[in-house]
Amino acid sequence: MTSKDDFEPVIVAFCCHYCAYGAADLAGSMRLQYPSTIRVIKLPCSGTIDVLHILRAFELGADGVMVAGCLEGTCHFMEGNYHAKRRVERAKRMLAEVGLEKERLEMFNMSAAEGPVFAEVVREMTERIKELGPSPLKRPLKNSVSQRRPGRR
Amino acid sequence: MARPFREVLNSGKFVVTSEVGPPKGSNLEELIHHIDLLKDRVDALNVTDNQSSVMRYPSLGGCLFIKEHGGEPILQMTCRDRNRLALQADLLFAYSRGITNVLCLTGDSIPVGDHKEAKGVFDLDSVQLLKTVRLMEEGKDLGGNDLAGGIRFCAGAIVTPEANPVEPQLIKFEKKVAAGAEFFQTQAIYDIDNFKRFMEVARRFDVKVLAGIVLLVSAGMARYMNRNVPGIFVPDQLIEEMVSAEKGKALETGIRIAGHMIRQLKEEAICDGVHIMAIGRESVVPDILAAAG
Amino acid sequence: MIIGKQKPLEEIREMLEGYKRVLILGCGTCVTVCLAGGEKEVAILATLLRMSEKMAGGDKTFSEHTIQRQCDNEFLDELEEKVKDVDAVLSLACGAGVGLVAERFPDLPVLPGLNTTFIGIPQERGVFTERCLSCGDCILDETGGICPVARCTKGLLNGPCGGTNNGKCEVDPEKDCAWTLIYQRLERQGKLERMRAYRPPRNFQAVVRPGKVVAE
Repeated sequence: MTSKDDFEPVIVAFCCHYCAYGAADLAGSMRLQYPSTIRVIKLPCSGTIDVLHILRAFELGADGVMVAGCLEGTCHFMEGNYHAKRRVERAKRMLAEVGLEKERLEMFNMSAAEGPVFAEVVREMTERIKELGPSPLKRPLKNSVSQRRPGRR
Repeated sequence: MARPFREVLNSGKFVVTSEVGPPKGSNLEELIHHIDLLKDRVDALNVTDNQSSVMRYPSLGGCLFIKEHGGEPILQMTCRDRNRLALQADLLFAYSRGITNVLCLTGDSIPVGDHKEAKGVFDLDSVQLLKTVRLMEEGKDLGGNDLAGGIRFCAGAIVTPEANPVEPQLIKFEKKVAAGAEFFQTQAIYDIDNFKRFMEVARRFDVKVLAGIVLLVSAGMARYMNRNVPGIFVPDQLIEEMVSAEKGKALETGIRIAGHMIRQLKEEAICDGVHIMAIGRESVVPDILAAAG
Repeated sequence: MIIGKQKPLEEIREMLEGYKRVLILGCGTCVTVCLAGGEKEVAILATLLRMSEKMAGGDKTFSEHTIQRQCDNEFLDELEEKVKDVDAVLSLACGAGVGLVAERFPDLPVLPGLNTTFIGIPQERGVFTERCLSCGDCILDETGGICPVARCTKGLLNGPCGGTNNGKCEVDPEKDCAWTLIYQRLERQGKLERMRAYRPPRNFQAVVRPGKVVAE
C-alpha cells in the first residue's frame, strides 16, 4: 500500500513543438525546479492530439495526462489548440464514464517564453495527482506492453 | 333540437362556436356539465380530439353526448392517431349517429404530448381528409370501392392567420378550400388589423371564417404564448392591459378584452363569426359572451 | 449515407455481460464517415471497455478489427479467422451490417454497438441530418429537392401545418420547417404551382416491408 509520500506519479505531458515544448526547454535552461514526474511527448501541434492517445496513456498506467498548447489565438497552426481543447473535454467525459477522475486530465496553454509557467503547471499537476492517488488502472508496464495491439495506422 | 350548423353558417347571422375538452379518463361529469352550460348559448360546440397529443376521452364520444343533450356538435378529427381506414370508419359511425359537422385537422406532433414514444400516424393530412369526406359523399372510399350508404358532412378546417411567414399558410388555406372546406376556425387572434389583412385574402373564397378567440388569463400567459405557441401574437398593448389590471382582476380584464374583440369583429362584419376557446375555463365562456353583447 | 450513433457505454457493457472474449468489429464505410463505428471509434471503444473492465475487476478481453463494409458478404470472408477464439462480436456497423455478420456466423452472438438512425448527410463538421426515409416513391421533383416525408416531422404531403413557427418546426425550434424550405426553394425557381397542387395520400406500401429489390 503506497502512502501519499511514497507515491511518485507518472504524468504524460503532450506538448506542442512551438509553444509548450519551447517553454519546457526554457524552464530547463533557466534551471527551474519542477518535479521529474512528467514524461514529455512532443507533438507538432496540440491539435494533433487524439482522444485515443489520451485514453491509451491512462490504459497503459499513466496517473495523469496533460496536454499543453499555445495560448489561445496564437496557435502556430491557427486552430489546433481549439481542437485540442475540445478533445480534452471529450476525453474527460469518457474518463468519467469508466470511473476515472476527470481531474487526472488537463489542458494548459502557454507561450514559448513562459518557462516559469511550464514549471508551475507541472508542479500543480503533480500535486493534484498525488492528492488523487495512483490510477486505479495501474499495472506493471511489462504486462501492458504485451496486451497492446500493434498500431495499424 | 339545435339548428344544423350548415344552415346557421349560411343564414348570414354572426356565428358563435366554442369547444369543450374531454377528460383524461372515463369520469364524464365535468364534460357533461360544460356541454350543458354551453350547448344552448352557441351555434355549435366542438369537442377536441386528443388535443396537444394528450390522450383523452374521444371527440366522437363527446359529440354523442352533445347530440343527446340537444346541442349541435362539431367532431374534431386529427390525422395523428388514426389511419385512413379508421378515419373513414369513424366518419361512417359519426354520420350514422347524426353527427354531421367535422373539423379536419392534421394534429399536433407526438413529442409535444404525453405519450412521447407513440407512433404518429399521419396516414392522411388535413387536406387529404377533407377530400376523403367529399369522396365518401359521392359514395366511394379511398380504396376505390363503392359504399353501401354514404355520408354528408359540413366540413371545415383551421387556419393560422398570423403564421410567419404567412405565404405558405395561405397556399395551404387555398388548398383546403379547393379540397372542400366550407368553414374555417382560426388559431387565436389578438390583432384585429392583422386579421383584417388575412380576411382580404379569405374573402375571395366562398367560405365562412370564424375568428379564434382565446381568453387571456394573465400577462404571463400572453408572454408564454408569444414565445411558445406558433402563430399566436399578443400585441404589447394587450399585455400592458393585463399587467396593469388590479390584483385579482386579471381574469376580468381578459374577459373584457375578449368581449371587446368579438364585438368589434361583429360590428365591423370583419368575419362570419367567432370560435371561443377557453382552454380549461369553459365555465367562463358565458361571461365572455355576455361581455360581447 | 447511413448515419448511426454509438450506444452509451453502460448499455454496451450490459450487453456484453457473460462474454469473455469479444471482437469489436468496425465498418469502413458509412459509420466511418459519421464518426460512429470506424477504425478509430473501434480503437477508442476498445480502450474504454478495457479500462472499465479493469476498474470492475473483470477479465474480459477485447480484440479489434475493421473491414471495408459489413453489409457485403465478400468483405466478411476475412472474418472467418478473426472470430475463431471469440465468444461474441460487438459490431459497430449499421443494422444491416450487424444482421449480415450475424447471418454469416449464426452460432456467434453478434451485438449492435450502434443505434442506426437515418439516411442522411454531413451538414457541417460533426453534424449529420436526415434527408431520406426510403419511402420508395420519390417526389423530390415536385418539392424542389427537399423531401417532406423525411424532413417534415409529420411527413405531410400538403404542408405546412399550423405548428410552423418562423420557419422552424414546433417539435424542435432548431429544426427547419421542411415546408417553409420547400416554399422558399420553389419560389426561387418560379415553380410555386407545384406547392399549390393537391397531393393525394401517400402510398405507404410503395415498398412492402421488408423490402426487396432485384436488379435486372
